This record gives sequence, C-alpha cells and structure tokens, in this order.
Amino acid sequence: MAKSIDVSDLNIYYGDFMAVEGVNMTIKAKSVTAFIGPSGCGKSTFLRSLNRMHEVIPGARVEGKVMVDGQSLYGANVDPVAVRRQIGMVFQRPNPFPTMSIYENVLAGNRLNAKKMKKNVADEIVERSLKGANLWNEVKDRLGRPGLGLSGGQQQRLCIARAIAVEPEVLLMDEPCSALDPISTSAVEDLIHELKSEYTIVIVTHNMQQAARVSDETGFFNLKAAGQPGHLVEFNSTQKMFANPDNPDTEAYISGRFG
Amino acid sequence: MSLDTAPDLAPAPTIPLTHARLPRWAPALVAVVTIAAAGLLPLLLGWGFVAWVLVSVVLFIAGLTIWSAVVETRRSAIDRMVTSLVWTAFGIALVPLVSLLWTVISKGAPHVNGTFLTFSAFRTSLDQPIGIYHAIIGTLVITICAAVISVPTGIFAAIYLVEYGKGNKLARGITFLVDVMTGIPSIVAGLFAFSMFTAFFGAGYRAGIGGAVALSLLMIPIVVRSTEEMLRLVPNDLREAAYALGTPKWRTITKVVLRTSLGGIITGVTLATARIIGETAPLLLIAGLTTRTNTNPFDGFMTTVPVFIYSQFAKGTKADFDLAWGAALVLVVIVLLLNIAARVIGKIFAPKTGR
Amino acid sequence: MSSTPLTAPPQESAPTQTGDRVFSGISRAAGLVILAALAGVFIFLSIEGIPGLFQDEGAYKGNGNFLGYVDTLLFGTVLSATIAVLVAVPLAFGIALVVSHYAPTWIAGPVASIIDLLAAVPSVVFGLWGINVFAPKMVPIYVWLEENLGFLPFFKAPVNPVGTTILTAGLVLAIMILPIITAISREVFNQTPVLHEEAALALGATRWEMIRLAVFPYARSGMVSAVMLGLGRALGETMAVAMVLSGAGGISFNLIGTSNPTSIAANIASQYKENTPATLHILIATGLVLFIVTFLVNFAARWIVARNERKLTR
Repeated sequence: MAKSIDVSDLNIYYGDFMAVEGVNMTIKAKSVTAFIGPSGCGKSTFLRSLNRMHEVIPGARVEGKVMVDGQSLYGANVDPVAVRRQIGMVFQRPNPFPTMSIYENVLAGNRLNAKKMKKNVADEIVERSLKGANLWNEVKDRLGRPGLGLSGGQQQRLCIARAIAVEPEVLLMDEPCSALDPISTSAVEDLIHELKSEYTIVIVTHNMQQAARVSDETGFFNLKAAGQPGHLVEFNSTQKMFANPDNPDTEAYISGRFG
Repeated sequence: MSLDTAPDLAPAPTIPLTHARLPRWAPALVAVVTIAAAGLLPLLLGWGFVAWVLVSVVLFIAGLTIWSAVVETRRSAIDRMVTSLVWTAFGIALVPLVSLLWTVISKGAPHVNGTFLTFSAFRTSLDQPIGIYHAIIGTLVITICAAVISVPTGIFAAIYLVEYGKGNKLARGITFLVDVMTGIPSIVAGLFAFSMFTAFFGAGYRAGIGGAVALSLLMIPIVVRSTEEMLRLVPNDLREAAYALGTPKWRTITKVVLRTSLGGIITGVTLATARIIGETAPLLLIAGLTTRTNTNPFDGFMTTVPVFIYSQFAKGTKADFDLAWGAALVLVVIVLLLNIAARVIGKIFAPKTGR
Repeated sequence: MSSTPLTAPPQESAPTQTGDRVFSGISRAAGLVILAALAGVFIFLSIEGIPGLFQDEGAYKGNGNFLGYVDTLLFGTVLSATIAVLVAVPLAFGIALVVSHYAPTWIAGPVASIIDLLAAVPSVVFGLWGINVFAPKMVPIYVWLEENLGFLPFFKAPVNPVGTTILTAGLVLAIMILPIITAISREVFNQTPVLHEEAALALGATRWEMIRLAVFPYARSGMVSAVMLGLGRALGETMAVAMVLSGAGGISFNLIGTSNPTSIAANIASQYKENTPATLHILIATGLVLFIVTFLVNFAARWIVARNERKLTR
C-alpha cells in the first residue's frame, strides 16, 4: 500500500515570509526518511506540507509540486481531508483524545467514515492496530480505560495505532520521541523499524543518533542565515550521510561543530 | 493495489485523493439562485422583506447541503451545512444587537445637549427645559458610595483568600459564598437593602445609601473574583524574593504583590463599576424617585439615570420617551467609556504584570 | 490572629509584627463581611418575607394563598427564561464558533470586542428597545404564527396587538444573555489544545468533525456553566421583562396571547409601589423564592462542572 512522494521546487510561506525555499526530493516507498537540522530551519513545516496540515496555521501557503503516486497534493480537485486520510501524522507530544477510552481513541479516525461499525469489525481493527503499534499486550485488558491513563510512551504508541487504524499510505512523524524517556523512545524506534515494511515513513528528529538508527535516507535542512528561509542542504542515504556527506555544512552539523 | 511504479500521468490513481468537489463558487451560485427564487415571494404572495430573507437562508442551507450530498460525500455535506448554520446564527444574532445600538444612537442623539445634561427634571416655571442632571448626580453619588464599600472589602477579601486563607475552611466557605453572591438577582439585592433599611429606620425610609448597599452586594463578588485572579498570577518567586530580603509579610503584599497586580485590579474594578452603574431594579425599591438634584446619599430620595429611564417609560408619552432615549444614550456612552477605560488600563499595565 | 504562611517571613521586631497582625486582621474582617452580608440577605429576607406566607386571603389578589400567588409567577419566570435559553444557546454557540474557529482573525477580533461591550449594555436600555422597537416588529410574525400554526397550544388567538407577550419577553432575554454565553463559550473554545485539534485533522476529519471530536468534549463543562450562568441571568432579570411584558394573566402556554403570566422579578418591580405592608411582605417572600431558585441553578451548574473536571483529570 505504501507510496512514494515526489517533491519539486517547493516553497512554503507564512504570509509574506518565506519559511522554506526550493525543496526537491523523492521519498521512497516502504522506507524511513529522516529530516534533521537545527531548530527553526523549516523541517517540521516541510513535513506538514506533505499532508497539507500546514493549512491549519493561518496565512501558511505553498508553491511548487508534491506528487504522491502520480497525483498532485495541491491539485484543484484535491480535498485536504482526503489527503490527511491517506497520509497520517504523529505529533511531537502524544495527543490521545482526553474524553475517549483506549478503544475509542484507536477507532476515532474510522468512525468518521463509518458511523455504524459492526462490533466484530471494530474489535478487529482495534486489535490489529494496537498489535501493529506494539501496544496490544500492554493494554488488551483495559481497552475501556481512558487513553490519558497510559504512560507517555504508551500514549505515543496509542497515537500511532490511531494513525494506522485508518490504513494510510504514508505516516509522517514530527519528532515523535522528543517528549519521551529513553526506554519509551527505544520502543517507538523499534516500532518504526517494523512499520516500514508496510508504510512509507517520514520522520523529523532533533536527535541525530535516532536518524542514524531508524532511517534509510536522510535530508539535512539548514538556514542560509538568520532570518533567511530554510532549505534542503543535502539528501542522501543515511549511511553516506553519516559516514561521508557530500556537503561540508552537513559534516559540520553531524559532527557537532554547530547547531 | 499496483506497486509504486505509477507513471507521472497515472490514468487511474490507486489512492483516492480526489473526489468530485463542488466548485469554489458553488456557495455564491446557490446564494444568488435562492435569493432570486425567494425574491418571487414578495411579488407573488405579497410577503415582506423579513420573510424573503428567512426563506432565502433556509433555501440556501438546504440547497447547498443537498447539492453537496449529491456531488460530494455525506461528510462534506454535513460540514457545509454546519458551516452555513454557524454563519447564519452569527448573522441572526447581529441583527438585534445592531438594531439596539442604532436605535439608542439615532433616537437618543437629538435630545442630548448642554441643557439636557445640566438641568434637572424639576421645573421651577412651566416653560423651563428639563434634563437629567439630577440623575447623573444621583448615579455618581450612589456609584461612588457603592465603590467605597465594595472595593476595599473585595480587595481585602481577595487578599485573605490568596495570601492568608490558602484553602482553609473559612477561605473555602468564602469562595463558595462569593459564587453564591455572583448569582444573586439584582432585584433580590434590592429587596435585601429594602428589608434591612426599613427594619432599622422605618417603613418609609428611602435614601441613596440604601441603593449603594444593594449595589455593593452585586459589586463585591465581581471585585473579589477579578482581584483573586490577578493575585494568583503573581509568581511565588516574587514573594519569596521579598521574604528573603527580610520584608514582613504585609509589606510584601502591599509593596510587591499589590503593586505587581495593580493594573489588573484596576481593570477589574472598572469593569465591576460599569456593570453596576446600569442597574435599575434594586434602586427602584430603596433609593426612591425624585425630579430634584440631591447630593446627600443619607437623606432623601435619589434618582439615577437607569431609574430615570424606567420612570420616563412608566409615564409613557412621546415626550417622556424622548427623554428616556436621551438618557439611555448617555448611560450607554458612560458604560462603554468605562469598558474602554478598563481595556486601556489593562493594556498600560500589562507588561508589568507579565512574566 | 496569628497567621502561619507556608514561607514564613523572618521574625522581626515588634512594630512589623503589629503591622502584620493588623493587615491580616483587616483581610480576615473583609472576608467575614462577605459571610455577614450573605447571612444578612437570608436573615432580612426571611424576617420580612416569611410573614408574606401567612397574609389574609385578600392580599393574594384572588389566589387564595401564597402558593397560589407564587406559582403563576414562578411559571412565568421559568417559561420566559426557558424561551431565552432555548433561543440564545444555539445562537451563542454559533457565534462563539465563528469567532474561535471559522472567521479569519480580522473579523473575529472586532466581533469579539463588540460582543463583550454588548454584555455591558444595561438591562433598562434593552427594555426600552424591546418595548419601542422589538415588540411592534414581532406583531406581524405573531399574526402569521397564529394563522399557520394556530393548532399548536403555543400560538392561540387572540394575538396580542402590541406584541407585549411572554414570547417577546423571552426573546429580549435571549438577546440579553446572548453576549454572556457567547463570551464564556468563546473562551473555552479558544482554550482547546491545538494538539487535539491537529490530532483530529490529521486523521482526516472535516472542520465540523474536528470540532465534535476535539473541541466539544474539551469545552463541555465550560459550555454547561455558560448556559447555566445565562439561565441564572434570565431567571433574575427584572427591568427588561417588566418593561416589555404586559403580564397579569394566569398560567398559560399561549406564547403570543393578550394575557401572559409575569415573572417574579418583574412583578416585584411593578407592584412595589403598592405600599401596603401585606403586599410588601408577599413580594419579599416571592423574592426569597427567586433567590432559592437561582441558587439551585448555580449550584447545579457548579456540580456539573466539578464532576466533569474530575472526569477529565481522572
């Protein structure tokens, strides 16, 4: 089911301010692509433009092309709601719906499309998604309890379960581990490894070791100068990126000399 | 389920990003059609303007929803319907509110002039012009009296709740009672002042101070609430810093806590004043009604602007209503000025109370 | 009179301790004044009101006893407030949603301030507008209602020729409580964490589905307390009802007729001039009833809010 994404000449603006300039890349299907770079360089903004979530921010707009499976995301007839249905997203801080149980949280996306679901179908989706998110064994006895009662790492995996319950093509992750402790982080990283056999995964991270651990390809974003738009400095296989990058700026960043 | 080898111009996309969507101008088209269609009603059936607008709105919502349901998905149809409904609610609500402001301004403005503001309603000769000077003075005196009672009580009570009480039984009780007080209907506050003053001073007792007591009952909870909120915003580090310098608690409160939250407290007091200055019901019972100017809150009847408006309404002739509209405009302007002042004060002091 | 604060200030010489003692004493006294004031309300209303329960039959204007007198008024109070809440709540939530989630900021900001200012317009001005502008405008609509929906018990002939009906009163009350309910619900809608809104949108929710999924559950207790506060206001509102409603009738569900029940508060405002002690006692007793009703409404609101908050934080 996974799909590749082709980005060409993408500019992102907030009002008149250009936040990201001239991005070109191809994100391969069934692989993990990581974006690294200093704070404020536009990597999260760029990630959001891949499922039109940036439109939530007033004044944000995009120029250029994003093609998923041969269709432009920004075509005239494209419904952003349908886009987000196909390209799921996991956020920096775990955000299960506070008034819903674990069970209801997993089904939240499915319920939007089918009001009345047969009990056994619903049960099946919940079990499959929670198993897919490596959470089933921990919560199977308390599916009726509120999602907020879980630990941070469990909540984040619940959010991943919720995202994959609607069977998207692509999964975007915006620093999914930045609010988690090391043990939870490692659980989520293991999960990312398993998920890439079925999904195209794009992850933004501040943690370079994490990028090195989980990703197949890495993109390095940077600012040209303070107040200038962010841009894609280098996009390469993760191995090459961390061993022998093409760009001296990338090497400086990765070896910790700035940023 | 083809793999990701789709060519650039995929003839049949495998994932449904697009579905049939209404064009961007669909709502506009539906609006024009429905307004035109409903426009036939006044012509054919002799219906009025209001009916035309109402029918247009109903037709618009139904039309757009049905069109969307046919062409788009059920979910888009619901979303479009709710969007139209929400905007309709917004439109409906604005009509009376705008009408109210417009009426007050257009009917009041011709009557407000120097004479209106400087003469009382007491005629010494038949051809003397009358105005609302007595009511303005009454409003000032009673409001100031109410503020003199409420502001210190409210602020000190809030200090007790935040700085001394800290959740003990008395503080919890006071918090609860302040909640109760917020819900007291103004007429009940008036009845209370009326019962108390007539119990002490005899059945016929009427004076401005009675009105001030009734208004205090309404004002105190507002002052307590806003002050409490402001005091709680003062970071604890600031208090501890003062203690660490060897400042006694009461000086810490007056010099550090109150000074930091001063802007917010003044804003709260101003808003509370704006709220009580328009009260009518309690004053009707205890402050009495007069046409003369009275500056002594402890003796004799005293009329405020809202009570004046009501008494003019009760008389009921056209000339009486004209005066009432003039007074209403003056009252609304006073209230709006107080509200604007509160905002300005809040803005001026805001950086100091900020973190 | 000694206080033991968490962070105790250093022990000082006698004068500052005196200062502390005086200051904390004044603060505590201010708190006690509030206790005393509330107790005073109960005591004085009871002293003057309870005799109102046991007056001669004549004093109740042909209603036999106090219950017979107050039940019509209570009916009028509840009916007008119910109309007000039923009309105002959907509109208020609509406006609040427009301001918080639908309108662009350049509309939302000014509209929010206008609504805040309207919340401050005195009720006597609403009354003046209601009787002069609004009531006459409603008459044709009432005539239409009677002609087309006259089979319902709410819209029976004869139609009030000047529009001073309980429906008019209820609608004016609705307009009055609209800004308050809007202001509070707008605030709670705005406080919905962006986190939850984005979670809903990222699952492919439309805007309305996002509001149902993320905004309403979060704002529910705030919405309830907004409604209850509006209800409390509508129940206790005096002037607008007294000016707009010509009420001397009995219990009736006809909303557009010539004979309407009035409300407790409006009845007090229009009857207080009849200075006989018996009437005054009865009026104060009805005031006590109103106080208890509004108290119960506020209490219920707080209970619901507290229960909801416990649920959210569980």
